[in-house]
Order: sequence, then structure tokens, then C-alpha cells
Amino acid sequence: MENNKDKVLEVKGLQTYFKTDSGVVKAVDGVSFDLYRGETLGIVGESGCGKSVTNLSIMKLIPSPPGKIVGGEVIFKGENIIALPEERLRSIRGNSISMIFQDPMTSLNPFLKISTQMVETIVLHQDMSKSEAKKKAIEMLTLVGIPAPEKRIDSYPHQFSGGMRQRVMIAMALSCNADVLIADEPTTALDVTIQAQILELIDELSKKLNTAVIMITHDLGVVAGMCDKVCVMYAGRIVEKALTEDLFGKPFHPYTSGLIQSVPRLDHATQEKLFSIEGQPPNLIDLPDCCPFHPRCHKAMDICRSKYPKLTEVEPGREVACWLYMDKGEDK
Amino acid sequence: MTKYIIRRLLGMIPTLLIIITISFFIIRIAPGGPFDSERSLPEQVLQNIEAKYHLDEPVIVQYGRYLFDVLRGDLGPSYRYQDHDVNFYIFTSLPNSIILGIIALTIAIVFGISAGMLSAVRQNTWVDYTTMSFAIVGISVPLFVIGPVLQWIFAMNLGWLPTSGWIDGDYGLKTLILPSITLSLGYFANIARLMRSSMLETLRSDYIRTAKAKGLKNSVILFKHTLKGALLPVVSYLGPAFAGIITGSVVVEQIFRVPGLGKFFVQSSFNRDYTLIMGVVIVYSVILIIMNFIVDIIYSFLDPRISYK
Ligand SMILES: Nc1ncnc2c1ncn2[C@@H]1O[C@H](COP(=O)(O)OP(=O)(O)OP(=O)(O)O)[C@@H](O)[C@H]1O
Ligand SMILES: [Mg+2]
Repeated sequence: MENNKDKVLEVKGLQTYFKTDSGVVKAVDGVSFDLYRGETLGIVGESGCGKSVTNLSIMKLIPSPPGKIVGGEVIFKGENIIALPEERLRSIRGNSISMIFQDPMTSLNPFLKISTQMVETIVLHQDMSKSEAKKKAIEMLTLVGIPAPEKRIDSYPHQFSGGMRQRVMIAMALSCNADVLIADEPTTALDVTIQAQILELIDELSKKLNTAVIMITHDLGVVAGMCDKVCVMYAGRIVEKALTEDLFGKPFHPYTSGLIQSVPRLDHATQEKLFSIEGQPPNLIDLPDCCPFHPRCHKAMDICRSKYPKLTEVEPGREVACWLYMDKGEDK
Repeated sequence: MTKYIIRRLLGMIPTLLIIITISFFIIRIAPGGPFDSERSLPEQVLQNIEAKYHLDEPVIVQYGRYLFDVLRGDLGPSYRYQDHDVNFYIFTSLPNSIILGIIALTIAIVFGISAGMLSAVRQNTWVDYTTMSFAIVGISVPLFVIGPVLQWIFAMNLGWLPTSGWIDGDYGLKTLILPSITLSLGYFANIARLMRSSMLETLRSDYIRTAKAKGLKNSVILFKHTLKGALLPVVSYLGPAFAGIITGSVVVEQIFRVPGLGKFFVQSSFNRDYTLIMGVVIVYSVILIIMNFIVDIIYSFLDPRISYK
């Protein structure tokens, strides 16, 4: 798996800043990760840590102004997406890399029929006539489990429930055999019972179509259930990167263990109170050059307050940005 | 849909009835009467006049009589102008106002929507700033300034257009140009600003982000995905705007000598010309109610989430 041929996406030192009235928001500041064919990568972190901005940057969909990708590369099939002209970008968006969003109620155009919205995507990227594209769209709707798709395809989004709309979004996103599917909290807005179905669907389809998935979530349960590896983000940076089982088996970063401990667990019947990480995430404007987590960290040391710990490989395949482990890293 | 239309049309009757009733009594509560003037008339003359117009009867009887006439389509005699009745004044002047109004509104819609879209797409560029400054001028400079300025430039200096007059005169259709431009300016400005802001809001919406993520071209995103949603607020503005503009503008009619309905709104109230006031109120209300109804129908065509049964 680790060989380069299977690497579909490589994010290197990505930096995305927003210019606001109160200062420059460093929403994403030096994020790097690799994505291999067929694998599912989880990106977790609290609200506002830069998960969505990271992924919108990959598609170069940051609203500009105020946003700007100020550094880094996103390598897809040997090309740096960030440097591509708009026209080439458009041929990648929705085709090779596609996205599904958090709120299925607002992510589909309420003024256009489902068929219109699906067919336009397929016709745009595939060499198909409209009627062929419609057939393909119906096929995709069948695949995501929409009942009577030949009939339902001519409905408007408001005639579907939230869960069904998210299925439509998935069908649309995968209708051009994307290499990468970015799912930005695809189940946050849905009922719990529907959540599991949607996640299962994404898991199943991505395996079937051999699509790599970036699953953005703040729910570690989702990560445990379907991701192969995880990036934990804090204040615009990745603070820990590991295979899922390693991360849950033995979290390194105090922030990661905090996150894991704050997941409610049914098997711990005696647990009186849910653990939560105290304090607030930092303001992303004028972040000092130290560990941004130190004010909330039980194990903070002097060095944490003065110097930023670089993301370092501390065990094979495990990287963490924390001074607690830095000695190991610097031994080499 | 047909059922809905019939229901709405029937629903207009009570609305109109309420408007007529309220206006009828409010007008009579207001101090002064149609035959008051600086030089008081001899008692006997006044009584004769009041008897002729049934003003000596109890108000409630007058009301019943008036309602009965209106239902037959007769808006009564004018208390001020002796030559003709209210129907005549309204139905000779209303068509002129409608012609001018429709031309002005068409100009306002075409340019307002394009300007609004353009400024939204080019937000915070000189295009946006120029258009919006122009719109602010259109909103804040009064018609009695714009009108004479246009006359001065295009009629007196350049001599391209007549200063005033109407289509039945020597200059024919040319007389329409300056008044319709003057009249359209404020509406243009409102439409442009409305269109710009609703366009910006729609462009920020989630479904436009989806459209971008699908790799659609900007032009497709703009015209296929954004326009419909962005037009909705403009459409709701257009209903009342249409009713207002086709019932005439006193100022524009005065400046350009347009024989329109607008002047009756003002003159009839100064003269306490009860029946003429009622006439213009009824005409305006009917047009307004019909326009709002048409707006609702257009809405249901634009927005699939709205369906009338
Ligand atoms: N258009 C924008 N203008 C200014 N700042 C922005 C903009 N979009 C995002 N940001 C900032 O970037 C930071 C990261 O936002 P992002 O949406 O990536 O968070 P997130 O991790 O996806 O959070 P959530 O879980 O709430 O979706 C936030 O602090 C936010 O304030
Ligand atoms: Mg987000």
C-alpha cells in the first residue's frame, strides 16, 4: 500500500489564511497528509480547527476574498492543484475529486430537479448524452438505495427527507467515478438512525468503487467505525497522525486522549460524568509560536509555553506534535 | 391551481369591501368638506348642493348608496369637476399612466436586474462601486430635480427631445422618453440594490458551493443555479412597485405635462372631492391586489417548494 503508485492525493504544507477586520486568521497552517487509493482517512478535531477549510482548499474552493491559500501544494496525479488554471480545476472538481457536505437540506439546489442536478454533472465530466446520463443517474440512485429511482429522479429536493437527500448527494458525488471523495461531516445534520446507514453506504460504495475517502468529523465513533487512519487537527495544524487502531489503542497527544475520553461509552456503565476537555480552542488570529494546546493541557511543561512542537515521527507510522514525545524524536 | 386562482379571485371581494368601507369613513372623518371654501356660500345654496349630492342624508345611507353604485361600476359624479363623472376622469387618464408606467418599469427591470447581477458578481470592484453609487443617486435625488435636469440637457441644450407633451401631440412617441426615464430611475435603483444583495446571498449559499464543487462553469452557476433564487425578492418588490408606477406620479406628470392619473391623487384630496378620492383609492387597490396575486403565481412558477392547491 505504501508504494507511490497508489498514492492518489498528497497534501504538503498547506496554508490557508483569511483576512478579516480583526486580523489574519490562520485557519490552516502547514497541514500535510497522504491519501492512498481505496483508503479512508479521518480528519477529526473540535469545531473551528480548520477541517472544512483544509478540504475546501484541496478543491481550491476557498472563498476569496477573504480567504487565500498562501502556501503548500496539493498533488493529484502528479499535478499541483493549487497552481492549475481554473479550467483544468473544473475538470477535476466533481469528476476526480468530489465532495459531500454537512447539510443535505441546503446543499442541493431547491429550484432544480434532482435529475437536472445529477445529469448536468455527468454530462459535464463524462462523454455521455443526456439520456445516457439520466440512465447513469438512475443507476446511481439505485446504488444508494433510493426506492423507485426512475420516478423519484424527477422530484425536487424538498420532496426528499434529509437522509434521502444525503443519499442523492452521495450518488451525485460518485456518479463520475471519483478517485477521492471528501465527506465533510456528512451525517452531522441527520437523525442518529439515519447516520449509521449513510456512513455504511459511504463505506460500502467507496470499497466497491475503490474510491479514497477523506472523512471529516468531530465524532470519534465515526472514525473508529470506518477510517483506516486518522489526522487529529488542533488550531489549524495536525497534532497527531496514526492508524486508527493505534490511535485508539494508545493515543499520544494529550488532546487526542482528551477527545477519546470524551466519547460516551455504553460499556462503561459506571462512568458518572462525561469527560470533556476544559477551556476553549484558541483564537486563530495571532497564534503565539508555542504549543496552542498548552493552556488546556494537564501535562504542559515550560517548553510548551515557549516553542511550537513540530509534527515528528515518534514511532514507525506515528507522528505527533507534542513536547512529551520530542526526546524520542530527537534521539535519531 | 385553477381552484386556487378562483379562490384567490373570490377572496379579493371582501378585501376590496373592507378597503372601500374604511376609506369611505376616514375621508368623511377628516375635517373639511367638498364645498367649503374661503368665501362661504349662502346657506340656501349650500343646502341645495348638499341635497343634490345626497350629502344631507345620514352617513350610513350615503355609504349604502355609494356601495350600490360602485357595485354597478359607477364611481359617481365628481364634486369638483362638473363636466364629467369620476369614471370618465379615471378611465381617460389611467391608460396614459399605464403606458408610461409599463415603459418605465420595463427599463427599471432590465437595467436594474443586469446592474444588480453585475455588481454582485464583481463585488467590491469599480463596477460594483459605480453601479451602487448610481443607484444611491437614483434613490436619493428627488424626481423634481432629475426631471428638470434631463429636460435641460436633452431638450433645451441638445434639442433631441421635447421638454414636455404627450403622445397625441406633435412630438408623438418621443414625448415618452424623458418622463419614463425619470420615472424609472428610483425603481431601477431599488431593483439593482435588491438584486445585488439577494444575488450575493444566494452566491454564498450551500447549494452554490455544491455547484462549484461539481466543476460547473461560472456562467452555468450564475444563470442556471443562482438566478431563480435571487429573483424571488425582486419579484415580490415588483408587485407593489407595478401598482404604484402605473397609477402615475404627480411630480413626473407635472414636469412633463403627462395627462395621467397621478394628479387626481393629490387634487382630489385637496378639494375634498370625496367621490374622486374614493375612485382613485379603489382603482389603486384593485391594481395592487391583482399585482400581489400575480406575484404569488409567478412565485409558484419560480419556486418548486411553493405549490397552490
Ligand atoms: N470565510 C471565512 N472568513 C473568515 N474566517 C473563516 C472563513 N471560513 C472559515 N474561517 C475560519 O477558519 C477557521 C476554520 O474553519 P473551518 O470551517 O475549517 O472549521 P471546522 O474545523 O470545519 O469546524 P466545524 O466542525 O465547525 O465545521 C475558523 O476559525 C473560521 O473562523
Ligand atoms: Mg466544518
